[in-house]
Amino acid sequence: MRNPLADKVTTIKPSGIRKFFDIVQEIDDAISLGVGEPDFDTPWHIRDEGIYSLEKGRTFYTSNSGLKELREEVCNYLKRSQGVTYDQATQVFITVGGSEAIDLAMRAMVNPGDEVLIPQPSYVSYEPCAILADAKPVIINLKEENEFRLTPQEILEKVTDKTKLLVLPYPNNPTGAIMEKKDLEAIAKVIIEKDLFVITDEIYGELTYNGKHTSIISIPGMQERTILINGFSKAYAMTGWRLGYACGPRDIIRQMIKIHQFAIMCAPTTSQYAGVEALRNGDEDVAMMREEYNRRRRYLLNEFKEMGLQCFEPYGAFYVFPCIKQFGMTSDEFATRLLREEKLAVVPGTAFGDCGEGYIRISYAYSLDDLKKAMERLRRFIADISAK
Amino acid sequence: MAIREQILTIIEKNSRIDVHELAVLLGAEEIDVANELRALEEEGIICGYHTMIDWSKTSIEKVMALIEVRVTPQRGLGFDSIAERIYKYPEVTSVYLMSGGFDLMVILEGKSLQEVAGFVSNKLSTLDTVLSTATHFILKKYKDHGTILTKKYEDVREKITP
Repeated sequence: MRNPLADKVTTIKPSGIRKFFDIVQEIDDAISLGVGEPDFDTPWHIRDEGIYSLEKGRTFYTSNSGLKELREEVCNYLKRSQGVTYDQATQVFITVGGSEAIDLAMRAMVNPGDEVLIPQPSYVSYEPCAILADAKPVIINLKEENEFRLTPQEILEKVTDKTKLLVLPYPNNPTGAIMEKKDLEAIAKVIIEKDLFVITDEIYGELTYNGKHTSIISIPGMQERTILINGFSKAYAMTGWRLGYACGPRDIIRQMIKIHQFAIMCAPTTSQYAGVEALRNGDEDVAMMREEYNRRRRYLLNEFKEMGLQCFEPYGAFYVFPCIKQFGMTSDEFATRLLREEKLAVVPGTAFGDCGEGYIRISYAYSLDDLKKAMERLRRFIADISAK
Repeated sequence: MAIREQILTIIEKNSRIDVHELAVLLGAEEIDVANELRALEEEGIICGYHTMIDWSKTSIEKVMALIEVRVTPQRGLGFDSIAERIYKYPEVTSVYLMSGGFDLMVILEGKSLQEVAGFVSNKLSTLDTVLSTATHFILKKYKDHGTILTKKYEDVREKITP
């Protein structure tokens, strides 16, 4: 029999997280700080709206681009949070989570051989999506000395005449880094000068701790060359609902919807009704969760300081990304030993790109009580390896 | 939220937290947190530090009743003096002035149904200003002070996700 598989797919490395997941499963009483989703339940009024839509029999497809009410609410949200206007009919559509939108944006925008700039450490899907779209991923290795922000120089070093797209993953998973207005203005200049397009993944946009998040779409000249991706998973604790959206110039959105229409049809209808409620009446829930995350973030940073674990202060998402280089181990060794010896699971930084070597990702999507138990273990582990 | 309100929202749920930890969580100085706490106590904003206990899981029997009380307000004193007469009984845990079909909501804790019934018939109903009472016994507490008592939180998420 012939090989049934496509080379393009088989050559993609499986996610580095998978291996870790398998080990954690074997250990019964392991505490995990490895989760990339909120610990909060979806606020009840949002769930209730989903249930109500089922009761009313709203069980059919919606239009390909999603419920009109939801697209309108997305536009209202972007207007009030970023001061930017989108047309609900032609510039917005609803996707199955932010992750579908990442895939579609790549597929709609690149030709074979086009180069896509991907800053790392970052979420695991950008690179495979670029490869599947026949583009060439070009990695930008972000540096801790810049607090893992992206600088214009770093773009210029990697730009060629084939570069078409830049992925902007902020607030960042796994580092917790953010880009402030001044940082965005600095890179916008280079982006416009080099005529690049941007996919900005702002799924953690509601979770920043030193002031409101600024989107690159609010920087003059950027809206017309940017696909903004966001969703409901992190802000409203709705990961399982699989609901996201993409906004951008109508010519790009139209082509993205074309793929979406053939591959997906439409995002889950129940989730879309719940999403309307989230955007209309969910601000207070988001504020409450943000406040809670911020306390946990401060708690962890203080614990790290006390146990002598070096970590830059992240202002976004719900991750901290401490540096473990001082212990003379790779991220993988550190994480594996921590799991075997103290039964505490964290994710090695290398799962998010080679330049994550020397770091581990710790999630604070856990209650303070859970974090306290975990920090006891981490403290003991560090004391133990430091003594040897 | 100002630091004062932030302190209150935290200690409302966890009164055992110490000043050091409170300062860490809020990104504030310990001395400022301590001063704020003292001020909140002095101003009567923090009225006490109680513990939530689910007595039904212990060997101690307790019966809790909500009593709707209709009264005649007194000239010049309104409801205050009658409320005071009622809240002075140690078995009364709460007294609220209510809008709607009755005037005072009295929450009462006793050892048995008889004890509560005795209080209502001997002490409460016999007060001059009390027109009528309606007693409701609490059978089961599902949620109290924002805490669900009947179920424990369980983390059902996948242990590692990107």
